[in-house]
Amino acid sequence: MSNSVDLRPASTGQRAAEGTLERPMAQAQPGAIVEPEGEIAITIENLSLWYGPKQALTNVSMKIPARKVTALIGPSGCGKSTLLRCINRMNDLIPTVRIQGSLYYHGVNLYGPDIDPVEVRRRIGMVFQKPNPFPKSIYDNVAFGARVNGFKGNLDQLVEQSLRRAALWEEVKDNLKKSGLALSGGQQQRLCIARAIANQPDVILMDEPCSALDPIATLKIEDLMRELVKDYTIIIVTHNMQQAARVSDYTAFMLTDEQVTGQLVEYGPTEELFTTPKDRRTEDYISGRFG
Amino acid sequence: MQESLPITGASAQLRGAELERAMRKRWSKAPFERLIVLSLWLCGTVSMITTVLIVLTLAEETRAFFMEVPLRDFIFDTKWTPQFEPAHFGVWPLVFGTLNVLFWSMVLALPLGLAAAIYLSEYAHPNTRRILKPVLEALAGVPTVVYAFFALTVVTQDILRPLLGQDRVPIFNALSASIVMAVMILPTIASVSEDAMSNVPRELREGAYGLGATRLEVAFRVVFPAALGGIIAAVLLAVARVIGETMIVAVAAGSTPQITLNPLNSVQTMTGYMLAIGLGDSARGTVDYTSIFAVGSTLFIFTFCANVAANIIVKKFKEQYE
Ligand SMILES: Nc1ncnc2c1ncn2[C@@H]1O[C@H](COP(=O)(O)OP(=O)(O)OP(=O)(O)O)[C@@H](O)[C@H]1O
Ligand SMILES: [Mg+2]
Repeated sequence: MSNSVDLRPASTGQRAAEGTLERPMAQAQPGAIVEPEGEIAITIENLSLWYGPKQALTNVSMKIPARKVTALIGPSGCGKSTLLRCINRMNDLIPTVRIQGSLYYHGVNLYGPDIDPVEVRRRIGMVFQKPNPFPKSIYDNVAFGARVNGFKGNLDQLVEQSLRRAALWEEVKDNLKKSGLALSGGQQQRLCIARAIANQPDVILMDEPCSALDPIATLKIEDLMRELVKDYTIIIVTHNMQQAARVSDYTAFMLTDEQVTGQLVEYGPTEELFTTPKDRRTEDYISGRFG
Repeated sequence: MQESLPITGASAQLRGAELERAMRKRWSKAPFERLIVLSLWLCGTVSMITTVLIVLTLAEETRAFFMEVPLRDFIFDTKWTPQFEPAHFGVWPLVFGTLNVLFWSMVLALPLGLAAAIYLSEYAHPNTRRILKPVLEALAGVPTVVYAFFALTVVTQDILRPLLGQDRVPIFNALSASIVMAVMILPTIASVSEDAMSNVPRELREGAYGLGATRLEVAFRVVFPAALGGIIAAVLLAVARVIGETMIVAVAAGSTPQITLNPLNSVQTMTGYMLAIGLGDSARGTVDYTSIFAVGSTLFIFTFCANVAANIIVKKFKEQYE
């Protein structure tokens, strides 16, 4: 298509090259970025991203473990959403975006020249900050992905199972024909999670999934994440550090400062990062001294 | 380091009668605003009175018509020959003239217009859209008399006749009028539908893309249904223009009232008839003269029904996304 952007990492744009030279490299403290144990689902290597001339990520490298919850934290505007949206190629939809570096999903280069972003998004699902159910019935919302992906099995069963896993079934089972928009915010968000699960993804990306919800709905979603992580790899962006501490196994702290935009400062097991941060800036952030 | 700033002003100190006075509506303080409100009210009233007068005139002359021609004939007679002996006043041939042109212009314009809207809103690069949309909208500004002669000369004589055969295409035919009518309403359909589709929130699109939908699936399964209300409004606008359009049908479609949906026939529409008689010299009070209003009332009823139907459809199928 004429308007699709060339996002292949190999084709380093002229400006991109200049951009990295002008700015100092993102320099993480030695030992501040830990490689998780066990199976790795996603490997990010030297990822940089620009919105037009404006850089949003600089040389991010990290490995995200499979079947674990990984949290991305950091002050507003540091590039958490941007990084998350790189993982399922959601940024392809923004015409001005340019990417450099690589992302691998179980060893497959997600930005490889022959990779179809639609296939990427089927495997790497997403739940957005603002609940965004389609203006369709609850049933049609959950069945949407299955329908566009040519699901052959029993659709009723899939819808029920997905709603059960999203802990929403009991609340909606008698009203599957009702509009998804008639639900409360928390229910809508669980509907969006059900919708993502129904697609039978491998990885689920969640961008501040609880920011529009009350504490009880938030707890429900957090419980759900702990439940889902038995089968799925979950990556969550959150502003709530207690939430990161509660739900995640690994935490990444990102930061934009005067020198470097969108850098990964520290990454490791959640407990270590919160109790014995290796970088001064992480310590400042988690103790609430800035950001 | 935080000093308490006086963020509440003196007005917060008012109490009792003083407070009451301060909070009153301030008509005297805004004579300009009152003037604006007054003139808006005047404009509204004038246009309402005009509408009422038009409807009254229409009703009065229509009543006069039905004093002479029984309503039964108007509805059940199948011929419309007011100027021949014996005169027939069955309105259906004129209604079918309108429906003929309406049907064929919609058959042509709907798929093209909606495809254009989907292309512009879902596929086109923002720059392409910035250029194409005004061009498209400029098409809507072409005077209809230009379309009318284009239909008669270029469409009928240079395209339809060579293509379909001289003897199969009469010089005045419904198809040529339908074709240029389609060209005329295409920008309306495309542009208004495109507005409706562009207004569908980005989150909905992202939600669908996030589930592995392709551009086409996003367009048809998410954007289109969510924008249906606006799209139906666009179609309705187009329908109203076609039904009410006079010049094109008067010039290109002919003046033979007949019950047919064959586009290769010469037909007369309701508006075509009204124009033909209106331009003639039938005196006030004659049946010829009052028949214009009877046909006008019929047209009015048709557009009214179309509006009601569209409202019902919108209510029923529109997907709310607030
Ligand atoms: N579509 C876009 N076009 C241009 N710039 C953008 C776009 N999206 C994000 N940015 C910029 O990229 C930077 C990182 O944004 P991003 O949304 O990733 O931050 P974030 O860490 O998710 O912030 P928040 O916590 O507020 O959601 C910001 O400076 C933002 O202004
Ligand atoms: Mg964000």
